[in-house]
Amino acid sequence: MIPPESDSISRRAWIGTTAGLAAGILVHHQVDAQVSDGSSSPGGPEPTSLGRLPSELGSRAPREQPRRRVYRNAHSGGSGTPLQDLHGIITPADLHFERHHGGVPDIDPDTYSLTIHGLVRRPTTFSLADLKRFPARSRICFLECSGNGNGTYRTEGVRRETTVQSADGLFSTSEWTGVPLSTLFREVGVDSGATWFLAEGADAAHLARSIPVEKAWDDAMIVYAQNGEAIRPEQGYPARLLLPGWEGNANVKWIRRIELSDAPFMTREETSKYTDPLQDGTARQFSFVMDAKSVITFPSYPYVLPEPGWWEVSGLAWSGRGRITGVEVSSDGGASWHDAELEEPVLPKCATRFRALWNWTGEPAVLMSRARDETGYVQPTLARLVEARGAGSSYHANQIRAWSVEPDGRVFFGDGK
Amino acid sequence: MRRRREGGPGVLAAVLVVAACTGSGREGETPRFGFGREPSPELLAAMDIDVRPDGKGLPEGSGTVARGREVFALHCVACHGPTGTEGPFDRLVGRDPREGFPFGEKAEYLGTRTVGNYWPYATTLFDYIRRAMPQTAPGSLGADDTYAVIAYILHLNEIVPEDAVLDARSLPDIEMPARDRFVPDDRAGGQDVR
Ligand code: HEC
Repeated sequence: MIPPESDSISRRAWIGTTAGLAAGILVHHQVDAQVSDGSSSPGGPEPTSLGRLPSELGSRAPREQPRRRVYRNAHSGGSGTPLQDLHGIITPADLHFERHHGGVPDIDPDTYSLTIHGLVRRPTTFSLADLKRFPARSRICFLECSGNGNGTYRTEGVRRETTVQSADGLFSTSEWTGVPLSTLFREVGVDSGATWFLAEGADAAHLARSIPVEKAWDDAMIVYAQNGEAIRPEQGYPARLLLPGWEGNANVKWIRRIELSDAPFMTREETSKYTDPLQDGTARQFSFVMDAKSVITFPSYPYVLPEPGWWEVSGLAWSGRGRITGVEVSSDGGASWHDAELEEPVLPKCATRFRALWNWTGEPAVLMSRARDETGYVQPTLARLVEARGAGSSYHANQIRAWSVEPDGRVFFGDGK
Repeated sequence: MRRRREGGPGVLAAVLVVAACTGSGREGETPRFGFGREPSPELLAAMDIDVRPDGKGLPEGSGTVARGREVFALHCVACHGPTGTEGPFDRLVGRDPREGFPFGEKAEYLGTRTVGNYWPYATTLFDYIRRAMPQTAPGSLGADDTYAVIAYILHLNEIVPEDAVLDARSLPDIEMPARDRFVPDDRAGGQDVR
């Protein structure tokens, strides 16, 4: 860390800026830049009375009350994560996005069970205690609804007053703990002829998806803990399927049954929904993987930049195909791009925090971010996606997002065109 | 704590077993933990509600369009409208556009997909209605009424005639208009945008 200097920004940042980059352009690799403290006394008055006593449960600071945005108050509805209010990569469990098809069930952990049957040698019912007794694994990964951001998959009619939460809030990241599905599959003895399995929830809608068996041998898990505590009811308490990198809907919550089969079951959620009609008159089916995507979470609507100067543009990037290998940021609507800093840890199939310093001159600007992953895939423009799929598709809308900054500091969704 | 980690001479053997059971092999000789119990036939029968396109999972029973009209009026109209098109929830009926499969082309077609113009398999109706509908009382229709309401929905979609009777044999044979439209995911990362 370079000590702070009187200019409020480190030497390296200044060198970066003056070495040929025009004002208003992003400076990269400047995580060591630091704003100097300046003041001589610690902020705020001294407390005059003793604070609270220890308690069994903590609480959020009264003035820090991020909220999920409930976007359809129905049993088939959900809520979005306030990405603009969060830091780092982890989503607090109570702010994790939700999507339900029959409400949030109330399941007794003592009577809960997961049954695995079908093309297996030993059909088995596991209690929650059984699941917890198997060797456990933890991994940090993202979950994203494949419909996340579909409201922005169009050139017209997207409101400027759109928050990152309402556009892309069906995205959250947690540390999940549970048992690898491969452990359970070895335990029950999956037949070599089994190619798919049905995963079914214990919710009122018994949500069901067909999943290729390969995913189980790869990295699927049955998880019972989220960010260190038992999974929240909205996230599938007491246990859910976790398919790292794959669309949220297939990560069946409240999982009660897995049936091994030699063919997919063609449930409603993999025919009527979660399929992607293409302009060539077909519809893509079983499009599980979430392609690389990034969103800027700061600055974003409704934030107002109070003055020109140094600002850290920050956001999240992820890919369902592995690690993020780079994020580029533009402040001129995509005319020029600069590498952002990727903050460790950079994990596969996980949110990666990116940061880039930006010296805003006060001129209108259009901020964009563009992620690439370890397969070489680069987050496309909307035009490129529409060209490939057609304007009528809507899931997997991973196109580049833009935020327009106006001279008065207001920030709006979109490139202003 | 239920799990006890013993010290002493047992440790090494225990470690080896765990390594074997969590290794990369798929089957065969790896030792098992032996956790869990065999499900009773009753439990399996009660839970195993899925239906595949080949008809596997369909129960005995049958239903007519005429009976389906009554079931629909009693249990479905409140949310799907008198003719399955009025909502407030998902539109179940509609064959337009009759030619082609233009849903990918224009955003206007979003929200116009129905059983009649988009669903590839009629068996999915049985699977879905039995597991999820009517939304306020899923699973409450018997097998006969489920076949009947499916017959009615398919009739409204001009897929089966007025005198159709559906059962475990006839339902999988129904050719849905969108049957051949679905293709596997061809996205694979890398340079291609698909
Ligand atoms: C209380 C309201 C309600 C009632 C009553 C109801 N439904 Fe539904 N139905 C819904 C909702 C809401 C959805 C969408 C659910 C979702 O997306 O999770 C839906 C979806 C469906 C779908 C899937 C539509 C599609 O294109 O994917 C079918 C089929 C269906 N209902 C059939 C029926 C039948 C048959 C009945 C009567 C036996 C019925 N519903 C009664 C609310 C209702």
